[in-house]
Amino acid sequence: MSKIIEGLKYSDTHEWVKVEGDIAVIGVTDFAQKEMGEITYVDCPDVDDEFARGEEFGALESVKASSDLYCPVSGTVAEVNDAVVDGPELVNADPFENWIIKVRMSDASELDSLMDADAYRAMIGE
Amino acid sequence: MKYYDKLIFELSREGRTGCSLPSKCDSCAGTDAIPAGLRRAQPAALPEVSEPDVVRHYTALSQMNFGVDSGFYPLGSCTMKYNPKINEEIAAMPAFAALHPLQNDLPGVQAVYEGLDRALAAITGMKHFTFKPCAGAHGELTGLMIIREYHMSRGDMKRTRIIVPDSAHGTNPASAAVCGLEIVEVKSNAGGLVSVDDLKPLLDDTVAGIMMTNPNTLGLFEKDIREIARLVHDAGGLLYYDGANMNPLIGTVRPGDMGFDVMHLNLHKSFSTPHGGGGPGSGPVGVCEKLVPHLGVNVSGFNGNFGVMLRAYAYILMLGRQNVKLCGKLATLGANYIKESLKDVYRLPLTQVCKHEFVFDGLTHDGSCEGRQGATTLDVAKRLLDYGYHAPTIYFPLLFHQAIMIEPTETESKETLDAFIGVMRRIADEAASDPGILQGAPHNTPVSRPDETTAARNPILKFQDA
Repeated sequence: MSKIIEGLKYSDTHEWVKVEGDIAVIGVTDFAQKEMGEITYVDCPDVDDEFARGEEFGALESVKASSDLYCPVSGTVAEVNDAVVDGPELVNADPFENWIIKVRMSDASELDSLMDADAYRAMIGE
Repeated sequence: MKYYDKLIFELSREGRTGCSLPSKCDSCAGTDAIPAGLRRAQPAALPEVSEPDVVRHYTALSQMNFGVDSGFYPLGSCTMKYNPKINEEIAAMPAFAALHPLQNDLPGVQAVYEGLDRALAAITGMKHFTFKPCAGAHGELTGLMIIREYHMSRGDMKRTRIIVPDSAHGTNPASAAVCGLEIVEVKSNAGGLVSVDDLKPLLDDTVAGIMMTNPNTLGLFEKDIREIARLVHDAGGLLYYDGANMNPLIGTVRPGDMGFDVMHLNLHKSFSTPHGGGGPGSGPVGVCEKLVPHLGVNVSGFNGNFGVMLRAYAYILMLGRQNVKLCGKLATLGANYIKESLKDVYRLPLTQVCKHEFVFDGLTHDGSCEGRQGATTLDVAKRLLDYGYHAPTIYFPLLFHQAIMIEPTETESKETLDAFIGVMRRIADEAASDPGILQGAPHNTPVSRPDETTAARNPILKFQDA
């Protein structure tokens, strides 16, 4: 049973979004980190890089496979979590505490197209 | 085993030599014969070592490696069968070993290519082969280029999509992408086979073909292959056969008879030529009659690696028409024997009779409990190294989270298989009682768990002091 936090937004590619004003804090879900297994590398963009919704912004690499990360909302990168770049295993340890990037949103209405906790739980079938 | 990582230059001592040469040669002109401008300004920086130094150095380095000559190598999807030494003896004959790559037209060389072409055509049901591709994935690309050329030669420019099952080798979609084709995935059904129902709606006049591996990467025979071939052909597409798993079929079933139009073979798998660092590889591509005019696609400057063709041809001739049929049967028997002997301690998601290989989905009891992490597939694989085995393929195929893919090949005796089964059971016992033993493994190898990600991302490719 994967941990799912109420009040966050979820994408169908297993990213979560926490809204803090015009900033979207983005990480991957507990379900995603379990599927990937031991994560060994986090590939992150640079601050000020711009992404459209659904665009690939980075990748996670695990002992099993490499998996792309998709930006759930459009915007520019405001901050990158250097802690997970230096310690990819943090994503396994607590995927909600250890976010990956913060994005300054250009269109907050895009949040409406993301799932809530219940919808995400239904999607992963748990 | 003792760790050894010296460079030959570190053993060098000034003035030490392996043999003594006369200081002056009366019958030759010596360096005087070389124009002054072409002579070395300084002596070459060669290591100065004795003969025993050299022999011990390279022997120690060779012992840092593991190969089929060192022990059992059950690496799934790789067919690590023993490489008979007679192949090496024949390839080392001076008439072959001293050939230049451009001497392809010599009658003896031609006879080897023609003989191998006939043998492989007979084994696979294809009409002819090209020997240019230098590895399996190179063969895949060649085969796809042939498919594309075939469609274009008929003026059919719409066929840009290629269907690839979700259980395919990763090289299949990669080769298709390099060839400029759009990849469409077809799902496996609950039995691990390509779903005919999911395939049907994907077929239209934009489909160039389908790439299939049979038996597939789960070691299961695609029983619906005749139906699939009919559907794809009716839609105007072609069938590509990934020959990586050809071993269990040799002498029993032919891809040509199943309806495949193009295929590659990995001579370094099914036909016993050396693998990987011991290679080079070889991925000849065979085609059915209507594709023979497109066999000339130019994918390399030479006609493949001749020495590899020679070894494969020697292997086929040494076995002969009758014995070659035993390879697949014995490989299949060995795989099923291991599978049945371990299925109580490793999870077996697909229980039917397998071909040459099969997939476990991790341990039945991984030793996890409240506050304690259990042992994973990676831990099992690392622990096998401690017991002197090469690890199986892990985390592939992606259909199962804790995949362990085991392929014993036909060259292993029952005693070898029993010893391996014993060790796998022992590891399962260790996991159940103390998974920490596995999580810290390997304990007995020269290097434990290297940081593979950093090695891949920031490789240090030349010698530097630590």
